[in-house]
Amino acid sequence: MFTPDIKSLLEGIPCPAMILDHIFRIIDMNRLMEAMCGHVTDEVRGIHSELVLRSNVGNSRDRLFKSVMETGEPVSTEGDILNCYRRKIPVHYHISPLSNSENVRSGLLVVAEVLHVEEIKKEQSNKSFSSAGIIGYSPKMQQVFNKIPLISQTDASALITGETGTGKDKIAEIIHNHSPRARFPFIKINCGALPADLLESELFGHTKGAFTGATRNKAGMFKLADRGTLFLTEIGDMPLQLQVKLLSVLDDKRFYPIGGEQIISVDVRIIAATHRSLREQVKKKMFREDLFYRLNVLYIHLPPLRERDVDIRYLLDHFLNKFMTGLGRNIAGFTSEAMETLLGYKYPGNVRELSNIIEYAVNMCKKKKVGLEHLPGYIFEPVADSPVAAGDDEINHINHQTSQPQERPPSLVVLPEKTPESWSDIERQMIIDTLKKHNSSRKLAASDLEWTRMKLWRKMKKYGLLP
Amino acid sequence: MNKLMMPIRGDFVAPRFDLATEILIVQYNNGTLLGEPKTIIMDRASDEGLCQMIVEEHITSLVCNGIEELHYNFLLWKKVNVLDGIIGNWQTALEKILDGTLQQGAVLYPDEREASSYESK
Repeated sequence: MFTPDIKSLLEGIPCPAMILDHIFRIIDMNRLMEAMCGHVTDEVRGIHSELVLRSNVGNSRDRLFKSVMETGEPVSTEGDILNCYRRKIPVHYHISPLSNSENVRSGLLVVAEVLHVEEIKKEQSNKSFSSAGIIGYSPKMQQVFNKIPLISQTDASALITGETGTGKDKIAEIIHNHSPRARFPFIKINCGALPADLLESELFGHTKGAFTGATRNKAGMFKLADRGTLFLTEIGDMPLQLQVKLLSVLDDKRFYPIGGEQIISVDVRIIAATHRSLREQVKKKMFREDLFYRLNVLYIHLPPLRERDVDIRYLLDHFLNKFMTGLGRNIAGFTSEAMETLLGYKYPGNVRELSNIIEYAVNMCKKKKVGLEHLPGYIFEPVADSPVAAGDDEINHINHQTSQPQERPPSLVVLPEKTPESWSDIERQMIIDTLKKHNSSRKLAASDLEWTRMKLWRKMKKYGLLP
Repeated sequence: MNKLMMPIRGDFVAPRFDLATEILIVQYNNGTLLGEPKTIIMDRASDEGLCQMIVEEHITSLVCNGIEELHYNFLLWKKVNVLDGIIGNWQTALEKILDGTLQQGAVLYPDEREASSYESK
């Protein structure tokens, strides 16, 4: 009689799987399950699987498992688990009964990540990334979308350029989520927001006693992003001395933390983004040429909104629906005059500005349709045409894309980073003001804002206010 | 003096921080327990509630099994020493923390695994 080798069968299952005895203890598991749990089989054999799997369906699954043992019928259920990287992953559990020649029953537990199902859906959605928060039907955005699957499937460094508010962060996240690294961390760091020393410590970590105030070892972002993606935004603002170290890490894939003697090896994919012209920065000796070429292996340029006329109407509808839902309002659309004005506006702050304008309008509108009176006043002021030619040459974009905000007449309301009216800005400013009021005491600030300290910490993290 | 929190479930370190409803709090100094361990039964599981409790109770160390990255980072930022991924009996974990030998990701199951099976309560 044919007796299959259980270990080989387990390894043949393309999902994490384990064999359990009649009281749910681990007999064997495949390598994918070992990777998910962070333990080798020998280490956890004989242990109740719940302690190793860390699922949220422990009780009901025990009942399910017992029913499978009694009836001999396989069952499936949904839930989530915490993997060894402290990530909560939605999964489907499939439990099937097994029995040997002596009729001793055991069970096969297969854990399928829901991610797989989402990936299939994404592939079927005609290369549209609207589910991921990017809307674009214009030919230029379609070119960008065509590049994403290709860029996702390699480990080479990628450089994303584009004016402020064009969605560089979103594209980086989509690339990560579509890559084989999706289940590992995606860590974003703003290279322009921190002074050089702090940035070095954030990126590479430090050891206890490396400098005054280093009271404990700290893993840097490179270490935390191991096996995942590190997104370096505003790379054009990175200090020169750090560029040397970054280049060395990109080449060797290992580094010494500050004050450390032990070299750390990492497997990290780098995606960098900037609104600056890196070539100009190179010419001005503010950016290393070798690092530029090292980062510029794969390249995506995000067109400004004024070159995506087709998309503006879709974006207006999308953000109107989004803010209507968020604020619980019922608005039928835009009046023809408002629509004409919105379609004719140049959007120097790109999609971010458009989003903020609609958020403002939804907040102001008390009628059935958004009219001219609900739009922010500054969009009626004349805006000079952009000096940037909408050329197709990508290198041309790198060279010139960012010069226009500075060249606008000072009377114009130009939004270099964010429109001040956005709720995010107001909330950020509110946090800063409250912290100032309470002399940086987060306890008092949280109490004043009627938030828990955890909520304040989350908001501070969201707005980059943590030291 | 150190103050330790350990989410537990029966005899074991609870599989997940966010789903734990039974909390053990002990105080110790130089490897010696100070007073009796205190057990708190929460009316519902709440990861944010636990984080709040850790801050308010001035907990210095947390021993747990699975914990989400968000809460792990928050607690590190709060200077709480977090040892996660601990699988096994909570009493063994406590003994090991007292003698300073508990390490992250430790599997502390008794040798006679057959005799001590985990039962979901």
